[in-house]
Amino acid sequence: MNGLAHQIVAGIATGGIYAAVALAIVMIYQATHHVNFAQGEMATLSTFIAWSMINAGMPYWVAFFATVAVSFAIGVAIERLLMRPVQNAPELTHVGVFIGLLLIIGNATGWIFGYTTKSFPSPFHSDKPLAGGLISAHELGSTVVTLAVLLLVWAFFRFTRLGLAMRAAAYNPRSARLVGIRVGWMLALGWGLAAAIGAVAGMMVAPIVFLDPTMMLGILLYAFAGALLGGIDNPMGAVIGGFVVGVLENLAGAYVVGTELKLTVALAIIIGVLVVRPSGLFGRVVYSRV
Amino acid sequence: MTRMDESLGPSGAAGGSRAWRATLLTLGIFAAVAPAFLLESFQLFQLTMAVIMALAVLGLNIVTGYNGQISLGHGAFFAVGAYVTAILMSHFDWSFWATLPVAALVCAAVGYGVGFPALRLGGLYLALTTFSLAVAVPQILKHKALEDWTGGVQGLFLVKPDPPFGLAVTPDQWMYLSVVAVAALCFWGTWNLVHSRIGRALMAIRDNPTAAQAMGMDISALKTKTFAASAMVTGIAGALSAVAIEFVAPDSFTFGVSITLFVGMVVGGVASILGSLFGGLFVLFVPNIAEAISKAAPGVIYGVILILFLFLLPGGFAGLLRQIAARLTRRRP
Repeated sequence: MNGLAHQIVAGIATGGIYAAVALAIVMIYQATHHVNFAQGEMATLSTFIAWSMINAGMPYWVAFFATVAVSFAIGVAIERLLMRPVQNAPELTHVGVFIGLLLIIGNATGWIFGYTTKSFPSPFHSDKPLAGGLISAHELGSTVVTLAVLLLVWAFFRFTRLGLAMRAAAYNPRSARLVGIRVGWMLALGWGLAAAIGAVAGMMVAPIVFLDPTMMLGILLYAFAGALLGGIDNPMGAVIGGFVVGVLENLAGAYVVGTELKLTVALAIIIGVLVVRPSGLFGRVVYSRV
Repeated sequence: MTRMDESLGPSGAAGGSRAWRATLLTLGIFAAVAPAFLLESFQLFQLTMAVIMALAVLGLNIVTGYNGQISLGHGAFFAVGAYVTAILMSHFDWSFWATLPVAALVCAAVGYGVGFPALRLGGLYLALTTFSLAVAVPQILKHKALEDWTGGVQGLFLVKPDPPFGLAVTPDQWMYLSVVAVAALCFWGTWNLVHSRIGRALMAIRDNPTAAQAMGMDISALKTKTFAASAMVTGIAGALSAVAIEFVAPDSFTFGVSITLFVGMVVGGVASILGSLFGGLFVLFVPNIAEAISKAAPGVIYGVILILFLFLLPGGFAGLLRQIAARLTRRRP
């Protein structure tokens, strides 16, 4: 029974990371109706940036916040430089640019930092086992951090003027423009936020999966599954979906399919959601008007 | 850019009397066969692979170029085709030719199964599903339950078929000629498909799904069948590649294959049959050149080229040639 409880707790810990990446995807999806396939690679790059800062002797938390800031800037820059010129282009162009980004960032990190797997430090340590060995210090710490990030993002969108403006820009760009919101910049801010959230997810998962240029590919897949499960146009749903997928993945890995087929679990969840309930658990059913 | 109509290529028989066409056809056959006897063995192998990649890109072009449904996972069908052929040849001693129709059918069936849930919904769902499929495929191929068939991580070794009837060609030359023949058949079939009534329906669905539906087209059924046909063509390419390389292993079918096919399609020319041929040549020869710089360079260069093409030359090589041809014919008195 303790084993089961441990699997669930570990699932919640990784689920928090999936939830964060899913939230990053949904934020961009809500505003642009595009799925950023390069989100995982961007997070890996951020984690490598943090790694080099820590290796250069910076204290962990200084490096942590510096990385979040740098990632935010990278996200804004990508939106301004690459996404803005093609904003009215067909779907294929967008997917192409995302894939191009994925290739460039993914291979550039390999080029710069090498393909050898690196260990990434965790800021959370504990001398004695927590809750009777049920949870490791890093699992507890990363869950707290991801939950704090999710709460912050929620509060930002709920209680600040800027958050309201961003929601307005995503919900109805034309009306938002008419009341004086700079829709283009709201999009860029959204990209920055998504990149920053991804950076946190990357830094939290790196101590578990170890750091290498392809670290986030599987995690991105689970984030997709989480986002679809929760409803791809609902941030809260995506977060819940991420946690559910984390727990499902861990349970399936421990009791059903073994670790070798973990990615296939994500694929099965995605196809299952599309067959049974395409709008996800909390998504709106979209009717298109002819 | 998806609204481009397929026009005849610059070398196409635009006005074409019958004699003119026959001459072109003869020249084309000659140009396709000649390398078999002119190139060194390794160069011939590379050209064989280029033709195979062109065929795989063609498959992707059918669904993404002509029907506008974005697939990021055609590498999965390439893998399925390769493995069907490899398993039939190594476990059941089937001849290479007999495995091709089976590989084609299996890929079409898998394509139908994957496409069915995603294509009902349209938009991004296909891209998402196929992306996940491509990422998951190597893991499935490595799995213990299939190890007896797939050979697990080690993969399976095959042998190229010997030329029949005591023909005086080497197995490499025979392989190249077989690949060219199969590819030519598929290109011809695809040409006919996209220039038929169904082809026009596919493009109508891509350009205006609402109008297409109003005209009475069953768009999800057509999209799913197109996806199956496209998976089939890419699967045939995969089957050919298994024999040409004489080896299949899970790690040759990573997510990278799907990305390569996508890049090849965009660079060669979206919704262009001739473009698929350029795409095949591009994805085979450019990485070789780039790899001289660094192991990571091909990826970075691919990404940069992909984005540059999307920004500057969304029609790809084929679009460029079309523009040049249009300009030349306009200037003519």
